[in-house]
Amino acid sequence: MLELRAVNAGYGTFQALFDVDLEVKAGEAVGVIGPNGAGKTTLMRVISGLIRPSRGSIAMEGVDLKATPPHKIVSLGIAHVPENRRLFPQLTVDDNLKMGAFMKEARGHYAERLDVVFDLFPRLKERRHQMAGTMSGGEQQMCAIGRAMMSNPKLLLLDEPSAGLAPVVVQQVFELVKRIRASGLTVLIVEQNVQQVLKVVDRAYLIEAGTIRASGTSAEMLASDTVKEAYLGV
Amino acid sequence: MQAFFDVFDIYLLEAVINGILLGGVLALLALGLNLIFGVIDVTWICYAELVMIGMYAMYFMVQFYGVSYFVAAPLTILLVAVLGAALHYLVIAPLLTAPPINQLLATGGVLFVLQSFATVAFGIDFRNLGIRLPVLAFGDMNFSYARLLSFVAALVGMVAVYLFMTRTFTGTAIRAISQDRQIMALMGVDARRIYLITSALGGALAGLAACLLVLQYDVHPFVGLSFGPITFLICVLGGLGNFIGGFIAAFVFAEIISLGGLFSDLEWGYVLAFAFFIVMMFIRPAGLLARRR
Repeated sequence: MLELRAVNAGYGTFQALFDVDLEVKAGEAVGVIGPNGAGKTTLMRVISGLIRPSRGSIAMEGVDLKATPPHKIVSLGIAHVPENRRLFPQLTVDDNLKMGAFMKEARGHYAERLDVVFDLFPRLKERRHQMAGTMSGGEQQMCAIGRAMMSNPKLLLLDEPSAGLAPVVVQQVFELVKRIRASGLTVLIVEQNVQQVLKVVDRAYLIEAGTIRASGTSAEMLASDTVKEAYLGV
Repeated sequence: MQAFFDVFDIYLLEAVINGILLGGVLALLALGLNLIFGVIDVTWICYAELVMIGMYAMYFMVQFYGVSYFVAAPLTILLVAVLGAALHYLVIAPLLTAPPINQLLATGGVLFVLQSFATVAFGIDFRNLGIRLPVLAFGDMNFSYARLLSFVAALVGMVAVYLFMTRTFTGTAIRAISQDRQIMALMGVDARRIYLITSALGGALAGLAACLLVLQYDVHPFVGLSFGPITFLICVLGGLGNFIGGFIAAFVFAEIISLGGLFSDLEWGYVLAFAFFIVMMFIRPAGLLARRR
């Protein structure tokens, strides 16, 4: 479904990704783990078009993303839940969700998608007229995921969904990810919470200093010495 | 101009009501400027000059070509909307990432270009529509029909903008883009297009204001100076970019002008309003309803 080949990217003169190869197949849940500043967020941004790769190729179902304007990428079925949620704090939950259905293809299905999202997150329905910025962290994360789901994506990019949340809420967020997976959506998830994320994904990549250091199934990653020592504290 | 002064009569209630009527048009002007500032984060110094061009458009269509007022008005609104979009496309867009002072200087330059253009093209004569609307007598009070009409039209315009901003996808995107511009692409929104639409909307509001002001004021190349500065003061008093604050500040200003005019000359009303502004800048420098940033 999604294929990255030798992707290099960065900000100005600072290079954050070096020859990254990554693949996500339809129906899979794939994790990207690694320390702070390893280039995980950059990777997500390169896929959704917020920054452009300097070299390499990215394709979504055969469509070259480098040749697609950033605001058209969501129409190809890629929805990005950005780091720190990035809701519109002074818009209501309803309006935030509305923004998720902005693109032409989604507007016609606005009402149906709203039902789907409220089904997934009944809490959002209760809060629909509340300013998004006044909700708790967990509720905001629901709203951010809900907003991404409004576009009826094929591939959901989740950037650190557990960041800044209380442990109980983190648990809930990963439960949500499982439910989203169960609905047949393909998921690419970036996390520092290695233990948790390896429970919900099929495969994972370990990224360090902008380079893919290791990859494998969740079981392989859990068993890998590199991962164990550095991230699981075993 | 004279009709504008004559309205201020000796009665307090009349002055208060006239203040409210004046406030409507000022609020409309402030809304357009606030929209541009709040969403695009630039100040159109030449905003009142767009109104001036719109007034000339009205004058020529109605007086010169004999077009009916109600046909000329939508055409003028459309024309100034296109002008607003062009201003964004040609002047603002290339300077979006430039320091604010450069943007100010550029739109300030447009101000002089438009003034000079009007002077060269239309001369410095004062012109008016030649439409004399009746004065409405209500008990002992007199109200100018033109002002009543302007007030109602300004309110309708503002309600229309409110509905557009809250009910439509595009309007929601305009509100969203001022809160987080970077992630708009993730929503499938082309930020450049939203800016262009916002600029056209700001222009349309200037066009509507032109249609209303031309009923009360003569048009000349420097007519923008009579309401440009006061529009800025209103926006700053309300908190730049704050729609509600601008709305309230417009009525506060209009009442000060109107009531100040009641106790002495209209000019003193303006002096009082500006003095009030200076005092408020010490008390509430970020505006009546300071916007959290």
